[in-house]
Amino acid sequence: MKIKVLSRNPDDYIRETKKDIHRVPRNYDPNLHPFETPREYTRAVNAVKLEKVFSKPFIGDLDGHKDVVECMCKHPTQLSHILSGAGDGEVKLWDLPRRKCVRSINAHDGFVRGICFNPSGEYFFTCGSDKVIKQWSMDGPGAGEEEEPMNTILSKNVFHSIDHHWQNNTFATCSDTVDVWDETRAEPVRSYQWGVDSIYTIKYNPIETHLLAGTADDRSIIMYDTRGSVPLRRVRMKLKSNAIAWNPMEAYMFTVASEDYNLYSFDARYLDKPTTIHQSHVAAVMDVDYSPTGKEFVSGSYDKTLRIFAVGSQFSREVYHTRRMQIVQCVRWSHDDRYLLSGSDEMNLRLWKARAAEKIGRMKPREKEAMRYNDKLKEKFAQHPQVKRIAKYRHVPKRIMAARKEHTTIRSSQKRKYVYVFWGIYRKQSRLIIGAPYVCYLARYSEICVDRLERSSLDVQIGALF
Amino acid sequence: MRKRKKDGKGYMDVTKRAKVGTGKLHKYKRGELNKGGIINKYDRVKFNQQSAKYQMASKQAARAEALLQEEAGFIEADEGESTCEVTQYDIANAVDITSAQKFFELKLDKFGPYRVDYSRNGRFMLMGGAKGHVAAFDWQTKNLMCEINVMETVKDVKWLHQETMFAAAQKQWLYIYDNQGVELHCIDVMNNILKMEFLPYHFLLATSSSYGRLTYLDVSIGKRVSCINTNHGRLDVMCQNPSNAIIHLGHSGGTVTLWSPNSQKPLVKMLCHGVGTRAIAVDNSGNFMATAGIDRTLKIWDLRTYKALHSYKVSAGPGSLAFSQRGLLAAGMGNIVEVYRDITKSQITAPYMMHSLSSPVANVQYCPYEDVLGVGHAEGFSSLLIPGSGEPNFDALEANPYQSKKQRQQAEVNMLLEKIQPEMITLDSRDVGKVDVKTLQEQIAEREKIIYLKPEKIEFTPRKRMKGKSKTGNLLRRVEIVKGRQLREEVQSISKQKEKLAKMLQAENTDGAAEVKEEKPFNVFDRFKRKEQA
Repeated sequence: MKIKVLSRNPDDYIRETKKDIHRVPRNYDPNLHPFETPREYTRAVNAVKLEKVFSKPFIGDLDGHKDVVECMCKHPTQLSHILSGAGDGEVKLWDLPRRKCVRSINAHDGFVRGICFNPSGEYFFTCGSDKVIKQWSMDGPGAGEEEEPMNTILSKNVFHSIDHHWQNNTFATCSDTVDVWDETRAEPVRSYQWGVDSIYTIKYNPIETHLLAGTADDRSIIMYDTRGSVPLRRVRMKLKSNAIAWNPMEAYMFTVASEDYNLYSFDARYLDKPTTIHQSHVAAVMDVDYSPTGKEFVSGSYDKTLRIFAVGSQFSREVYHTRRMQIVQCVRWSHDDRYLLSGSDEMNLRLWKARAAEKIGRMKPREKEAMRYNDKLKEKFAQHPQVKRIAKYRHVPKRIMAARKEHTTIRSSQKRKYVYVFWGIYRKQSRLIIGAPYVCYLARYSEICVDRLERSSLDVQIGALF
Repeated sequence: MRKRKKDGKGYMDVTKRAKVGTGKLHKYKRGELNKGGIINKYDRVKFNQQSAKYQMASKQAARAEALLQEEAGFIEADEGESTCEVTQYDIANAVDITSAQKFFELKLDKFGPYRVDYSRNGRFMLMGGAKGHVAAFDWQTKNLMCEINVMETVKDVKWLHQETMFAAAQKQWLYIYDNQGVELHCIDVMNNILKMEFLPYHFLLATSSSYGRLTYLDVSIGKRVSCINTNHGRLDVMCQNPSNAIIHLGHSGGTVTLWSPNSQKPLVKMLCHGVGTRAIAVDNSGNFMATAGIDRTLKIWDLRTYKALHSYKVSAGPGSLAFSQRGLLAAGMGNIVEVYRDITKSQITAPYMMHSLSSPVANVQYCPYEDVLGVGHAEGFSSLLIPGSGEPNFDALEANPYQSKKQRQQAEVNMLLEKIQPEMITLDSRDVGKVDVKTLQEQIAEREKIIYLKPEKIEFTPRKRMKGKSKTGNLLRRVEIVKGRQLREEVQSISKQKEKLAKMLQAENTDGAAEVKEEKPFNVFDRFKRKEQA
């Protein structure tokens, strides 16, 4: 007869010295791990609560400007540098890791309207309301020397914005006309005009690099191909657009920040209606910038908040605000996809995390593992009411709460009215199609923002570009 | 990486992993994935990725079996011998000295009969004599933690989540003591308790009282979570299902009822015996239940179907039953303890082991992670060696017999963080991860609602209009018009819904039969139609 009884040698299970780590034998037999799902659920709830605890998105502010921060520009090759221009004509170069201003230039009389780097980041251009474009070297002046521009171009018009081509040495400015300049020449290579109104912002497409998009004072968004002599097409909105940003990953997608509190994402090939209307702001949207991944974008608004939207989602996933931050004039998403920058009316630049609960700095492997596990759990149980509620909740100031409530009422009443009108028409025609009014409402709503689409004689097919 | 084969000819691929057997893999699988009904290509790709991940996880878990250090105990009988002839003394003589020490007797004939309970990691033991003697000790080193006499009847004793605290059901109230025997709490909302069960993942102490009350106490916040009046009289037969935290109660009518703290009525009511139920036990997987009746029958039930699998007549009615981690069933009947192996798998003919004691057995309890069965009886306590009963390989993150004080404290924090809310106790613990699909009952109820649909009463008070237009006659006429219109609309929509339902029912009834062609009225232009071919 053979008999064996369980007999463990404690030395196999207890650490040898106090400096060792504890031994943790594992056995993955499901019978030893009961309540797998409820425990995972509890962990998911804890994880989403902890995310809330750790979400402190504000990193710091950069103060030093003496007037409203008007514009910002990221350095194309260095993460640590950013330029900002203010209402008093001052341009500042900031070192972000040290949170210090490393260079100040009194560039213009009056507002600095736009800044842009050349693709290599060796020099940059500024334009102002004093009708001057200036080119500055990134190498500052020597000790005791004064700041001198490398080049100065005088013009007859007040400039509103400037943007550099992503590859070659041309740049575009906008004033009453859109001008394309060669860096080496004092006169524009090309000028475009459509109507009499001035153009507010202008942006080069990062992929289809000849394509330019601008927003004009007459509520329109205009497309230009810099190889052609006339603009391609324009779409007129119900209200003015304040800023425009191209999706860096999908060449044909762009988003405009509109005066009507919304942002509109368009497919450049089909401009007759936007693909998505982003609706969370409660005042005019001032600026918009895409993340380098092309999956999200940030917007700054007159309602003194920043919001982050996922591409294709109607509502924002995140809202940032502080008590001291006033109207946000410009926003930028850093090239490493981790930080946001905002410039606002009270003369400060602010640095934010793109993901509010993300830990900055190095993490131990175990910590990383735990984070990843928690993220997966949150994803798995995202639709559970308790998890969803906690994940969705954002504390916003009272005024925004109130405004949001008001807008919700307005929107629902508009919708109701529209449905009633449609219902009435259908009743007269005695054709009842269930659900039709709502579908029609949605179709109509996406058209609400677009007034008219016009094409120029040269607009063959913008789609052919892509 | 390449390595030369043993015979020197060619290379073997050492990066290639050994195959995992399907039997092993099956153990780690969490159900089958059903691909049916995914039309969207995007979803299908996502689904395939997900299922590949699940498969890899179960494979890796199965592979990790190779790292397990210990093997389970066993008795192998020679030909012509039977394992039930082996006595405890035979085993103790045959095994090593540390194991032999695990067979011992405590003679405590003054305060018995004794109830026993092992802590979750199997390291500590708690015993409570009916006449007030309560003792807690590390049963392997025989280090006494505390020994007190509560000077009252003790009905039951139970460790709480760790070996730092235990509960004792005394003559009138429930008391909580720490492991030094200091009374921490007297819980007077729970009185006349006969049996207790502790649900470690929920931090719930479930108690059953002589007045037929089943009460749940949350020991982490000290609140009574639920109190259920079972209306079943004295509740002295109780056990928990360790896989879903459902409490099983046995009653004098031969029924067994299943309870959760969320329902005032039993979730399941089973008639298990023609006579009173004496003992119940549920195995670790939560799939099998053993019940014993006073008519000397022992039955094994499948808890997935609620059907009896096997039925035995034993020598005496078992007063207590217990399943071990590896599925051995111990039954204490009279002075004898019998242990059965593979009782859930097939009909057995003889017990695996037997042991007779000097006095009637009060309570049997297996020690987790050890091949030990603790038996509390009228004259003390016996610790018996049952080879093959305990799980050989523990998971240190669940229960660690060798944990240090720091580890224990850390584990306590983790347990509290992961405490499952009592609302989540359901028959299937995976419910919370499932899609909430309407049950057939709900569907039927919804249909019935349509069948008995009636137009609602219309209330309409006309607005006051300009002078002259709001005469009583005009008002009444307006009311009539509006009411008539609304009623027509409602009747139309109801009749539409009913038609739809009728069509659906008809489709269900014919179910696969040839479609009935609808007869259309003859139109004058039909004569120009092409004739249908037969």
